[in-house]
Amino acid sequence: MKFGVVVFPGSNCDDDMIHVLGSVLGAEVEKLWHKDTQFEGYTPEDCIVLPGGFSYGDYLRAGAIARYSPIMQAVISFANQGGKVIGICNGFQILCESGLLPGALVRNEHHKFISKNVCLRVETTDSLVTSGYQKGQIIKMPIAHAEGRYVTNEGGLAVLQKNDQVLFRYSTPEGALFSENGSTDNIAGICNKERNVFGMMPHPERASEAILGNTDGLALFQSLYKGELQAT
Amino acid sequence: MQETEQAVDFEVAAKLGLTRDEFDKICSIMGRTPNFTEVSIFSVMWSEHCSYKNSIKYLKTLPRDGGRLLVAAGEENAGLMDIGDGEACAFKIESHNHPSALEPYQGAATGVGGIHRDIFTMGARPIAALNSLRFGDPNHPHMRHLIKGVVSGIGDYGNCLGVPTVGGEVYFDPSYQQNILVNAMSVGVVKIGETISACADGPGNPVFIVGSATGRDGIHGATFASADLTEDSAEDLPAVQVGDPFQEKLLLEASLEIIKTGAVVGMQDMGAAGITCSTSEMSAKSGTGMTINLDLVPTRQINMHAWEILLSESQERMLVVVKKGREKEIQAIFDKWDLECSEIGEVTDTGRIEFYQHGELVADVPANPLVLGGGAPVYDREFVRPKYMDDIKSINAPAVDDEALISIAKKIITSPNIASKKWVYEQYDHTVRTGNTNTIDPSDATIVRLKDSEKSLAVTVDCNSAYVHADPYKGTLIAVSEAARNIRCSGGFPLGVTNCLNFGNPYNPEVYYQFVNAIKGMGEACRKYNTPVTGGNVSFYNQSVIKDRTEPVFPTPTIGMVGLVEKKEHGTTLSFKSDGDHILLIGPSPTNIDGSLYVREILGHRLTPCPEFDLEVEYSLHETITTLITKALIAGAHDISEGGLFVSLMESAMAGNKGFDVSLPAHVSKNMYLFSESQSRLVISVRNEKLTAVEAILAEQALPFVRLGFVGGSSSCIDGIDFGAISNWAARYQNALSAILEQE
Amino acid sequence: MKFKAEINVMPLKELLDPQGKTVARNMDHVGISGIEDVRIGKRIEIALDAPDEKAAEALVDQACKKFLANMIMESYSFEIKSA
Repeated sequence: MKFGVVVFPGSNCDDDMIHVLGSVLGAEVEKLWHKDTQFEGYTPEDCIVLPGGFSYGDYLRAGAIARYSPIMQAVISFANQGGKVIGICNGFQILCESGLLPGALVRNEHHKFISKNVCLRVETTDSLVTSGYQKGQIIKMPIAHAEGRYVTNEGGLAVLQKNDQVLFRYSTPEGALFSENGSTDNIAGICNKERNVFGMMPHPERASEAILGNTDGLALFQSLYKGELQAT
Repeated sequence: MQETEQAVDFEVAAKLGLTRDEFDKICSIMGRTPNFTEVSIFSVMWSEHCSYKNSIKYLKTLPRDGGRLLVAAGEENAGLMDIGDGEACAFKIESHNHPSALEPYQGAATGVGGIHRDIFTMGARPIAALNSLRFGDPNHPHMRHLIKGVVSGIGDYGNCLGVPTVGGEVYFDPSYQQNILVNAMSVGVVKIGETISACADGPGNPVFIVGSATGRDGIHGATFASADLTEDSAEDLPAVQVGDPFQEKLLLEASLEIIKTGAVVGMQDMGAAGITCSTSEMSAKSGTGMTINLDLVPTRQINMHAWEILLSESQERMLVVVKKGREKEIQAIFDKWDLECSEIGEVTDTGRIEFYQHGELVADVPANPLVLGGGAPVYDREFVRPKYMDDIKSINAPAVDDEALISIAKKIITSPNIASKKWVYEQYDHTVRTGNTNTIDPSDATIVRLKDSEKSLAVTVDCNSAYVHADPYKGTLIAVSEAARNIRCSGGFPLGVTNCLNFGNPYNPEVYYQFVNAIKGMGEACRKYNTPVTGGNVSFYNQSVIKDRTEPVFPTPTIGMVGLVEKKEHGTTLSFKSDGDHILLIGPSPTNIDGSLYVREILGHRLTPCPEFDLEVEYSLHETITTLITKALIAGAHDISEGGLFVSLMESAMAGNKGFDVSLPAHVSKNMYLFSESQSRLVISVRNEKLTAVEAILAEQALPFVRLGFVGGSSSCIDGIDFGAISNWAARYQNALSAILEQE
Repeated sequence: MKFKAEINVMPLKELLDPQGKTVARNMDHVGISGIEDVRIGKRIEIALDAPDEKAAEALVDQACKKFLANMIMESYSFEIKSA
């Protein structure tokens, strides 16, 4: 199992992601360049990571330009063949723009950038990124975004709920749902119906080392790396 | 015939800000009367901003070598300190006060962009940003507009660039009502041997301009002066520069990548005075010259005059000198990052910078006389002790009952100068690059860990300008000392200082007195702590116009300091950790409330003396806290600064979500003891089993200390007076500033 | 009388428009060629009540100058229609 971290112009969490996957998790990891039209030697066992940052400065809409990067066609085919793809923050925005995940991420409700540690409630353990947690578990992770308000229409929301596609919701430390940015249904992260494409605004790679005072994000990478759903 | 060839006389030079003596000197250097383009070049290079003509004499008295300094002040864009294991740290602070007053969002944003370019132009990757902001009354709607603009400008630029804003300070004082201060600092790390110099060695080597196209940005001064020379240009000239953090991110990655090829001779970013400054400084440094063809400079507007191209301060541009024959390698990297890159000229051995446009030589000036340390003027201004200093007097803490004591404490904790700045820093990405170790548990200085290393950096910016106003010499001693103290309390030791000297008009002798004495204090403190001043900047003319006179801002010599935490486990936070831990106050007992926020804001007495301070005692405190930390004897440390002991205790309690029960020494005035800002004091918390060892060390160092009480519970109690739940104090502290800034 | 104002706020021509520039440069990636320049501003629609069209114009002009446009960075233009 290996990880490929796509570097878009303006990606700025690529190095953090590689540090956690490579040095903390001990996984094989490499950078992929946005101008390449394909990536060699990846099987559906492997995982493509779209890291956080401000691809193309977030100009026009976050993710709108990166979505047309040459490599995205390859990422879309990879996902359609069952390959694992995870997008964090700007990566999540690109996944929504590209149609690999439903919905959209728009300007935060109060129109300010929010950078803080927030609490998340784990909503399902039936996914490769949440199987290392308990359902209902409250974990802490930093968010840092201006366009992180997840929106979808009523029908879209019903589908997410029916298929158990909501991975994380924003909550209080006690577990009551609480909107940090105005997201529909307090959604912080979702997966697709096939459960091989994952997107979330919070940054697990910033919460995976004791020296940072927070290791709540590590279980996400561990279960993804292990590549199998643990018995819940 | 071009306008630039029209006759220039002293009248024109004067409009560009040059004096009669300066104009005569230029004519003698040139051996003829300069043309308009040439005199424009001199005017910007000899401006206060580029030449430091009114400050350099005193700046040179600051310690500029020693310690772990690798590159001394003024030699490169920023200072460089050895941090061991073959790595170095580059850091610098710079002001963007006047642009931010004009357009707060872009002014602050381009300030951040400029300071990061200074760091990565040396080959260092910026890993942390800090800032020091000074505003007037936040209850004033226009001030809130400025605050919101500055904060979102800093945030949007730094967040997009992906450099975490890890620390800073925000002060409010009426003296900044008409002249806010925006000081931005960048800290970068580079492998020793992989740095690049701002030089132009090797005649024949090609010169490239990289990044954004050049537009008519920031050439207001010259525009004004030339308004009657050229008829078509004065209209529509933008007074502001627009920052493009995305372009900067590409420039950052490409710059670090080209250095690795070994094909780069020298590199400098373009800030003030644009192409003029970078070509002349790089040439002067190498004793070479350059010929530049301005027709090859990509421009954003058509028909730009030579002087416009030369003086433009368009952002996100670099000048790169490349080894001849290796142009393609460099070009390929800029292509990879989608950056525009044009060869615009070459290095010569003439010592002159020659600019061509439309096939004609439009300016031909010697490089060395233009630059600081070369021929730029150096002045010594007169100074006189300010009159207001005669009116400064000490007052005693009034007698207050318990109820009043709590009420004062509430006012202090909710003062915008004390209350949490989370409204500000929650708009800054402070977790990107996963270096900031203090996002959950804060330290006095921010500890930024270095990956794959045992070490961390501790970084801070500090200056209590009210102290400096009261006593420029002592106040600046304190500013440096507080920065060093913060680094020591975080488990590091100070490496070096960068300064941002914000003062009023240097031609005002009272202002110049403040400047001269601040420098004296800074030099003395920096020598004591063995922290060379590696660079920084001077910002004069910060003043408010009040009817028929001008009132300078509080003299504000902001100190940016970087320290080294040698082992990860030395990193120390300020929170109270465990029930039952002892709380100790180390340092001399206070005897007055001089200079405190209590006197100024609660008692309303602005002309109060600087707090008590002794440099030797301070230094001994630093050595002692370092000993305690390296021996792993303490649980937490927090210095006592604005707001006094009460604020220090409460901040540690809130950070750890722990209560405390303390008793003050007998016979002291409670409000004096709780709110005094007497210097050289810390609050530490100590596990019971380590108390004996801690007290033994304190006794050995002959440092006074007091056992104040214990950490515990969820409430605060001082001398038997119930101050109430920590959660209530936290709510006051967290919400006070947001409530002011979010009002309609 | 009820009016509708359609206001365009644009970055000043002489100023860099980083957003427009980046969008223009990437049109090719999206498969759209022939685009030479892009500038991105804001469109604002306002409903208002004023005695006559002239008064409506004055009101909107004031709103643009004081609030809707940052005169240091942006220019504006508008059209008034009766609603």
